[in-house]
Amino acid sequence: MPSALINVPARAKRGDVIEIKTLMSHIMETGYRHIASGEVVPRDIITSFTCRYNGTEIFRADLYPAIAANPFITFFTTVTESGKFEFEWIGDRGFSETASASILVE
Amino acid sequence: MKIIGCIAILTAIAGTALAADIPQSERRSGTSFMSPDTRAMQDEDTANPGMLWVLDGEALWRRKAGVADKACADCHTDARVSMKGVAAHYPAFEKAFGKPVDLEQRINLCRTNHQQATPLAYESHELLALAAYVARQSRGMPIETGDDPEIAPFVEQGRELFMQRQGQLNLGCANCHDDNWDKKLAGSAITQAHPTGYPLYRLEWQSLGSLQRRLRACITGIRAQPYDYGSPELVALELYLMSRARGMAIETPAVRP
Ligand code: HEC
Ligand code: HEC
Repeated sequence: MPSALINVPARAKRGDVIEIKTLMSHIMETGYRHIASGEVVPRDIITSFTCRYNGTEIFRADLYPAIAANPFITFFTTVTESGKFEFEWIGDRGFSETASASILVE
Repeated sequence: MKIIGCIAILTAIAGTALAADIPQSERRSGTSFMSPDTRAMQDEDTANPGMLWVLDGEALWRRKAGVADKACADCHTDARVSMKGVAAHYPAFEKAFGKPVDLEQRINLCRTNHQQATPLAYESHELLALAAYVARQSRGMPIETGDDPEIAPFVEQGRELFMQRQGQLNLGCANCHDDNWDKKLAGSAITQAHPTGYPLYRLEWQSLGSLQRRLRACITGIRAQPYDYGSPELVALELYLMSRARGMAIETPAVRP
């Protein structure tokens, strides 16, 4: 049961630089580990993360096997208008999760 | 395990030291030994990965299970009210067994007796999530474990296990956690072993883990055979540690390096 923790300020002033913090539950299995009998544990990671602000992409990250479980991604953006941040995580084995948060810009 | 490499040096130090209880005024949570970055991660709910388990626990709390087709919430309603302070007095004496049970065992008793469902495995995602959700309701509250007179002999048993030297390295828990808590072992702070934040997220585990998992790791570290999950010895150790930390605040879900 994947879940996400999102931290976006509920309100801000136009032109403010805000920090956005996201945490997604995921095992981030590297694909390099072996079980006792020698078989490789298949890779199972998040491969991409995107954030859109009122439909426009403002941040994107590609993720790789060396990233720890439950990736915590934070970044900054300048707020221009009230609206919605939409987050999307895509990964191996059809992993696809979304979350969103609203902001009031005054 | 990097810890083992440096244990030999510690064995030499511990060989001369005598186990003495930590004075009340010097008691410190494991949190106070951590770097500012790790503390910041613990302190902020949206940065603390342990909160992922708390969220899952909240969903499980409301999910019907077992032959009885009942959810935890059907009997205990709002956990924020009914579970407030509960984790702060576990392990607690269970009359039906005549011995103490820890929080995970208590939850499994409700699974089997009240939901008529199969017990959840130790360290399974579901059991950790429920334990984290229940314990989260006690965050900030002082630990009260051990005031039940019926439980006193088990606290004493836990204390003996804590003092007893064992394993190929012939170390007792007290040699590290009472006598050398202000020192380091392979770069890790030894700490006073107060179980204030369990279940907690360990960066090394990349997961939430129970207090029993932590204790088994320390026992393996001294090259002794770890007690089984749910064994009376591990529950007695949990009980002793919790009563030793009486008055300290619950921090679940904590974060540790
Ligand atoms: C059918 C009703 C019922 C259901 C369902 C139920 N419980 Fe309980 N629970 C009880 C009763 C009654 C007690 C008191 C002890 C006893 O009689 O077992 C209790 C006690 C507890 C306690 C100990 C409280 C204390 O103060 O020491 C915890 C923790 C707990 N339940 C958690 C849970 C969780 C988590 C679930 C869901 C997985 C759950 N319970 C499901 C009835 C229920
Ligand atoms: C050789 C020294 C050593 C011995 C002996 C030892 N431990 Fe530990 N223990 C450590 C270290 C070091 C840590 C911290 C590990 C880390 O953060 O990487 C630790 C961590 C802990 C913690 C976690 C505290 C927290 O803040 O989460 C508990 C609880 C604990 N030990 C209990 C015990 C018990 C019970 C025993 C005896 C069965 C024991 N330890 C034996 C070195 C030891």
